[in-house]
Amino acid sequence: MVQMGEKKQLVVIGNGMAPGRALERLFELAPDAYDVTIFNAEPRVNYDRIMLSPVLSGEKTYEEIVIHGDGWYVEHGVTLYKGAKVTAINRSAKTVTAEFVASTSGQVPLQPTVTAPYDQLIIATGSTPIIIPVPGHNLAGVLAYRDLDDVNAMLLAAKARGRAVVIGGGLLGLEAAAGLKEQGMDVTVLHLMPTLMERQLDPAAGHLLKRAIEARGIKVITRANTKSIRGTTKVEGVELEDGTLLPADLVVMAVGIRPSSGLAKDAGLEVKRGIVVGADMRTSDPDIFALGECAEAEGQVFGLVAPLYEMAKVVAAQLTGDTSSAFKAAATATKLKVTGINLYSAGDFAEGPDREEIVLRDAARGNYRRLVLQDNRIIGSVMYGDTSDGPWFFDLLKRNVDIGEMRETLIFGQNLAGGIPLDPMAAVAALPDDAEVCGCNGVCKGKITAAIAGLGLKTLDDVRAHTKASASCGTCTGLVEQILKAQLGDAYNPAAVQPMCGCTDLGHDDVRRLIVAKGLKTIPDTMQELEWKTSCGCAKCRPALNYYLLATWPGEYVDDSQSRFINERVHANIQKDGTYSVVPRMWGGMTSPSELRAIADVVEKYNIPAVKCTGGQRIDMLGVKKEDLPGVWADLNAAGLVSGAAYGKALRTVKTCVGSDWCRFGTQDSTGLGIKLEKFMWGSWTPAKVKLAVSGCPRNCAEVTCKDIGVICVDSGYDIHFAGAAGLDIKGTEVLGHVATEDETIEIIGALTQLYREQGRYLERIYKWAKRVGIETVREQVLDDKERRKVLYDRFVHSQSFAQVDPWAERVAGKEAYEFRPLSVITAEAAE
Amino acid sequence: MNAEIRKWVLVGSIDDIPRRGARCVQNGEMTIAVFRSFDDRIFALEDKCPHRKGALSQGIVHDGCVTCPLHNWVISLDSGKAQGADEGQTATFPVRIRSGLIYLDLTIVPTAS
Ligand code: SRM
Ligand SMILES: Cc1cc2nc3c(=O)[nH]c(=O)nc-3n(C[C@H](O)[C@H](O)[C@H](O)COP(=O)(O)OP(=O)(O)OC[C@H]3O[C@@H](n4cnc5c(N)ncnc54)[C@H](O)[C@@H]3O)c2cc1C
Ligand code: SF4
Ligand code: FES
Repeated sequence: MVQMGEKKQLVVIGNGMAPGRALERLFELAPDAYDVTIFNAEPRVNYDRIMLSPVLSGEKTYEEIVIHGDGWYVEHGVTLYKGAKVTAINRSAKTVTAEFVASTSGQVPLQPTVTAPYDQLIIATGSTPIIIPVPGHNLAGVLAYRDLDDVNAMLLAAKARGRAVVIGGGLLGLEAAAGLKEQGMDVTVLHLMPTLMERQLDPAAGHLLKRAIEARGIKVITRANTKSIRGTTKVEGVELEDGTLLPADLVVMAVGIRPSSGLAKDAGLEVKRGIVVGADMRTSDPDIFALGECAEAEGQVFGLVAPLYEMAKVVAAQLTGDTSSAFKAAATATKLKVTGINLYSAGDFAEGPDREEIVLRDAARGNYRRLVLQDNRIIGSVMYGDTSDGPWFFDLLKRNVDIGEMRETLIFGQNLAGGIPLDPMAAVAALPDDAEVCGCNGVCKGKITAAIAGLGLKTLDDVRAHTKASASCGTCTGLVEQILKAQLGDAYNPAAVQPMCGCTDLGHDDVRRLIVAKGLKTIPDTMQELEWKTSCGCAKCRPALNYYLLATWPGEYVDDSQSRFINERVHANIQKDGTYSVVPRMWGGMTSPSELRAIADVVEKYNIPAVKCTGGQRIDMLGVKKEDLPGVWADLNAAGLVSGAAYGKALRTVKTCVGSDWCRFGTQDSTGLGIKLEKFMWGSWTPAKVKLAVSGCPRNCAEVTCKDIGVICVDSGYDIHFAGAAGLDIKGTEVLGHVATEDETIEIIGALTQLYREQGRYLERIYKWAKRVGIETVREQVLDDKERRKVLYDRFVHSQSFAQVDPWAERVAGKEAYEFRPLSVITAEAAE
Repeated sequence: MNAEIRKWVLVGSIDDIPRRGARCVQNGEMTIAVFRSFDDRIFALEDKCPHRKGALSQGIVHDGCVTCPLHNWVISLDSGKAQGADEGQTATFPVRIRSGLIYLDLTIVPTAS
């Protein structure tokens, strides 16, 4: 065992993208050199801040943008204090002190503050968004756009579908506006200057961008100077200097950032715009590094990850004793991450006396390009519309290439400037090894090709894992794929994601995400929009799409019965001879003489050949003729019996034991709780079947420990289990947690089911889903984070308000009557 | 019997069958499944999967085929042949549509292989 104090103590303040990268490097170079402690004011792990916009627009989930899951910290022995804000650095004692921020889940920390000693300290506090101090700026409903909490608050506000005003028409502001619009809000962008992104685009191009933004239904007001934000307790509107009053339920300020350097200043470190560091990334105190957006190097501060990752490399190298490692600022490139709008800009585009410009406009196709040259070298480039040459220009810029010879054709891009048009594969092949492919992570082509050859990489995910290329914002994914293809030829199979079926190359998760992001509401629309390869799908994708649409648009989507497997279409299980079996609900396994009598009568009346107790504590009538189904159901309905959904990817049974009502060991009313759960959850459609059980004590007679979801009652309350299986696979459940009350149990199970409904792939049982996304993330969302739990629970309840209609009763009343009648019966006469 | 004389039997109207769905026609002992594709073409097959006699009328209809509800064989509506690696064929019947009405030719009672 490692003795405490044997290793040097490394303390990190802030757990953003920059220190995350530095630690990865450090663990690669010297896994055992330091005991690492991180304090993070945000109550969570390290995630990809760049990808907040796709989370806001619904194209990605938070889980998908986590960079280091909890397991990573455990694996590397890192102590991570979540929700702990460092308030003081004591340089003489070499300690830092942190206070716990009130957590959203209302959990009270064990101690209010914690102090940790350091040998080496990294300050990586990032930036603080600027809030313009107009009257009303501190009203509820005024948000910045910086972290997940901001995104969650926006998503919550967007639920009411009200009006949003975004102040600031830069990259961040436009991404926020597009996301809020996707979420159904009425959005207006206010921009102080006459045109959008005036620092990068000339007025004509700014106009093209404005048009594209407006085409998405977002209003844009330029020359808009905000005078005040109106409202008494929360935001009600925004008032402009010219007197215009815009009603608003949400205001997002995206007007810029300021390095968070207060802590360093208080500790007496040198601070100008940011915390001043040398090329070795050390501050004025050699044992303290500053890293990321909070640091000022070469007189500059940075707001994009590429240079921050360079800083991270230097910090890691310095920590392992490589004192020669030095930071050098390089040009950066950025893209606007709004699906459907392509904007790429790199370098410096301010006008100047010694600078020239080349501009290409193609208004018909909405294309615009602008190169800023100095001494025959590109120093800045902006592209709107067709951005395919962006990386090529950026490469010329970074390598400081003399473009004198290609000057005439330069603006037309690589294909024309080179004289001969190149196909994309040839273009990739022609890229030099030191051409940068991934801007975020500073990965050049040579590094990728070397990794593919040296490590035998075969998929995009492999390349991401080993080189980090395309692992951040993902905009270079296409290029990385082309490199894979150029190098591996046919051995590269881009279907790294398992496609849903032969009708599409998209995987289940992509399809789900796109259904949400593009607001697709019917199967034909989905197939059209996502370019299905077949005219009307197949027996694999249609039921999956039907489920995804149903789960995404409760109350709105019209179920497509022809896309359901026969059992779900006719609400009975088909048997090998073409007859059906009928299983009514028996709530929690309880029944009564009148129910049993009705079953007996039906069996006799319709000559049903077999009656059986199922493995799920209820009764199965087997061998019913299809045309008799409506009659059988009518009689069962009359006795209060409804469909047991024994056929559905839906809630099946809730098994219970007798519990405290009868059993001498029973601790709680397990039968009652089981019935409550079944009454609450019946009718819900799920990715695969869902079976529950409730046992009254740990003897567990209801077999909770192999169910999708279950509860074992104990004296002090309820142990909630999930992710068990006992069919094709046998798997004991995981314990989700312990709660004291029935109400809480029901809320958690509702939230859990909803999370599964939203993330599970069609036909993926809960245990497989949980394994894929991680038991811990499930627990965080439905147990620890009470707000998130409530939100999920509410969505489940909302969906249930449309789902709890007995399908048997509907069909007894005549729905889809044609299903149960022959089209015609040909008499001997007609046949003759 | 004279095979030249065709017996077209009216079995119903195409509106009686849901798109991408099927209805059954009872012809003596035999059940015939009448399918309507997404683009309104009509097909008639014996309602018996060549695999283990599954009722094809109960399957999911897609792209000129039906997937059998019992073990997922895919059968061509046009030829009655099993697709892919599976082998077997279901009997098919000629269909004619006149003013939205469906007529089946039941002259020959085919023997399914
Ligand atoms: C009727 C019943 C057997 C019985 O006579 O007891 C039954 C019957 C069938 N089961 Fe089951 N299962 C029945 C309880 C179970 C149980 C036990 C339980 O629920 O406690 C299990 C193991 C627990 C589990 O699910 O993990 C079980 C695991 C399966 C599986 C394997 C699922 C898996 O993911 O591993 C299948 C196959 C599938 O779903 O793809 C299956 C599939 C089937 C199907 C639907 C096969 C099919 O596709 O046609 C059977 C339908 C027969 C019919 O027409 O009714 N049945 N099946 C039971 C109905 C319970 C009910 O009241 O609803
Ligand atoms: C919506 C959005 C989109 C973006 N898009 C792009 C893009 O496309 N391309 C690009 O290159 N960049 C983009 N960026 C910028 C990029 O995300 C940042 O440059 C980068 O995340 C900064 O990393 P960092 O580690 O310096 O700081 P951060 O990631 O901001 O991390 C700082 C962390 O420190 C914590 N902290 C602060 N003070 C304390 C304290 N006293 N004690 C403990 N913890 C503290 C904060 O809570 C925070 O979690 C985007 C940013 C946003 C917000
Ligand atoms: S175990 Fe289930 S699926 Fe298998 S034969 Fe029995 S009922 Fe059918
Ligand atoms: S009976 Fe049709 S696939 Fe088996």
